[in-house]
Amino acid sequence: MIEARGLARTFRSRGGPVEAVRGVDLDVAPGELVGFLGPNGAGKTTTLRLLTTLLRPTTGRATVGGCDLLTDPVGVRRQIGYVAQGGGTAYECRVREEIEIQGRFYGLSKADTVRRGAALASRLDIAGLEHRLVRTLSGGQRRRLDIALGLIHAPALVFLDEPTTGLDPQSRANLWEHIRALRAEHGLTVFLTTHYLDEADALCDRVLVIDNGTIVATGTPDELKSRISGDSVSVEVAPGTVPDAAGIAGRLPGAHEVTTGENTIRFRVPRGDTALPELLRALHTHGIDLRSVQVHRPSLNDVFLTLTGRTLRDAEVPGAA
Amino acid sequence: MPREIWLVFRRHMAVSLRNPAWVIVGLTQPILYLVLFGPLMERIVSSTPGFPQGDAWQILTPGLLVQLSLFGSLFAGFSLLADLTTGVLERLRVTPARRLSLLLGRVLHDTVQLLVQAVILILLAVVIFGLRAPLAGIALCLTMVALIGITLSAASYALALTLRSEETFPAVLTSISTPVLLLTGILVPITTNLAPHWLYTLSRLNPFAHVMEAQRATFRGEYTVDALLTGSVVLVAITALTIWWATTTFHRENA
Ligand SMILES: Nc1ncnc2c1ncn2[C@@H]1O[C@H](COP(=O)(O)OP(=O)(O)OP(=O)(O)O)[C@@H](O)[C@H]1O
Ligand SMILES: [Mg+2]
Repeated sequence: MIEARGLARTFRSRGGPVEAVRGVDLDVAPGELVGFLGPNGAGKTTTLRLLTTLLRPTTGRATVGGCDLLTDPVGVRRQIGYVAQGGGTAYECRVREEIEIQGRFYGLSKADTVRRGAALASRLDIAGLEHRLVRTLSGGQRRRLDIALGLIHAPALVFLDEPTTGLDPQSRANLWEHIRALRAEHGLTVFLTTHYLDEADALCDRVLVIDNGTIVATGTPDELKSRISGDSVSVEVAPGTVPDAAGIAGRLPGAHEVTTGENTIRFRVPRGDTALPELLRALHTHGIDLRSVQVHRPSLNDVFLTLTGRTLRDAEVPGAA
Repeated sequence: MPREIWLVFRRHMAVSLRNPAWVIVGLTQPILYLVLFGPLMERIVSSTPGFPQGDAWQILTPGLLVQLSLFGSLFAGFSLLADLTTGVLERLRVTPARRLSLLLGRVLHDTVQLLVQAVILILLAVVIFGLRAPLAGIALCLTMVALIGITLSAASYALALTLRSEETFPAVLTSISTPVLLLTGILVPITTNLAPHWLYTLSRLNPFAHVMEAQRATFRGEYTVDALLTGSVVLVAITALTIWWATTTFHRENA
């Protein structure tokens, strides 16, 4: 659905050139739900604007829905929906007017636009607002209108730039469900950016981590988590047996970052669940008395920190960690 | 494409119709001139040699129509700057709609709005001040007003999109519009008899001065080649030129 090679974009600005995206390779299969994760200024929005024909790449090429970005931008536009990070509804227009022009620009008939608009509005919980001015909508209602506009023409591929920012937990869950349903029923391909780690975790088949304009990791949420830092294991043993136990833990395959406390040992292994039986057996063989064991799967936040040396804005990471 | 232009036109018209105050706001200036300056003009015209033919109202009303167009259409770009900040323009630019439609729909809206105001202004001049002008002449003049409106609003959009700043845009506009307005001679015509030679020469460089002359001729009912040709040719040329400029600006990426 998307195939990008060496996509790069440099902005000229007063303070000198800004290399917002530096050579991104992407492959997204039809029906895939891909998440784009990265800290502020990583280049997520710029990549989306490149892929939606709003910006021309400085170098590199890409095809979206089989159409080349440079030679057939209209072909690309016909197939995609785009919901920008900052939205894009006119305050002085009525909701109904926004829906209508959007649908009709995509070639839908007036009746089809009204029908689809009503279905989306009720699905996204903004039914009954058709006659209101956009100016009078709440932030979350406006966000859901943005999303409805991006989906009005039933595109095969939709780009969502931080779609759930500003939505309450219920609306977020509701939107996730809607996205999953669209994918299941119509094979919709979704490419979304997010700061919410739980969102990437819950929604995405595959996560691309971008930092500083380059993709630094890609995989399923679980793959990323197991590949990067591994699970953290903490073992509590009887005092005096700590050095022995630490030795045993350090000899487990892939164990690293072994640290000890008064009667605890902490370390990381690629897979905590498979390392545990072996650890227990070894401790038992050496006659070490085990008091408790805890295994923590790393969160995407850990992944993030390890990969980029930065964490995501705390305010935007509810329920993570 | 006509369908897209129509959709854009209707969208903007709906907003305008919800706030009909624009008709009044745009008309305040010219009406003030008509009421507070017109009577003065009547005396001056009859007592000063060197004015073109026609009475004061035939000279002043076309001038005020140009003023109306300048202030109405030249500031159209502000609405585009707003759409740029709110992301509306980007949203519409991702649809398959032609970018030219986004421009022309707006221009059409601005022009219709201007024509409504122009008709009201002419009616006021006729009813209250006894302006005498042939219907055909008025129709011809309104056509020119429409073309001026198209030119100025297209130029305004191109400029707004080029500057992309709510500070520099009005600054540039005022610094251009005041000399243009003065060199058009909207109140007192710039003729060889009334103006010093250098000022007259300078005004010849301003396309709107030629258009102005043609508009005054239409109000006098003079439809000769001599009176209309230069102004019409100049007008059509600048309209074509600004449409081309605005089109290339709208087609540029990042616009
Ligand atoms: N039009 C522009 N001119 C100059 N620099 C720009 C422009 N647009 C983006 N940038 C810069 O490019 C970099 C990437 O920006 P981008 O908006 O793609 O980040 P992002 O990953 O979407 O961040 P966020 O999570 O904050 O939305 C930033 O350093 C930004 O300042
Ligand atoms: Mg962004």
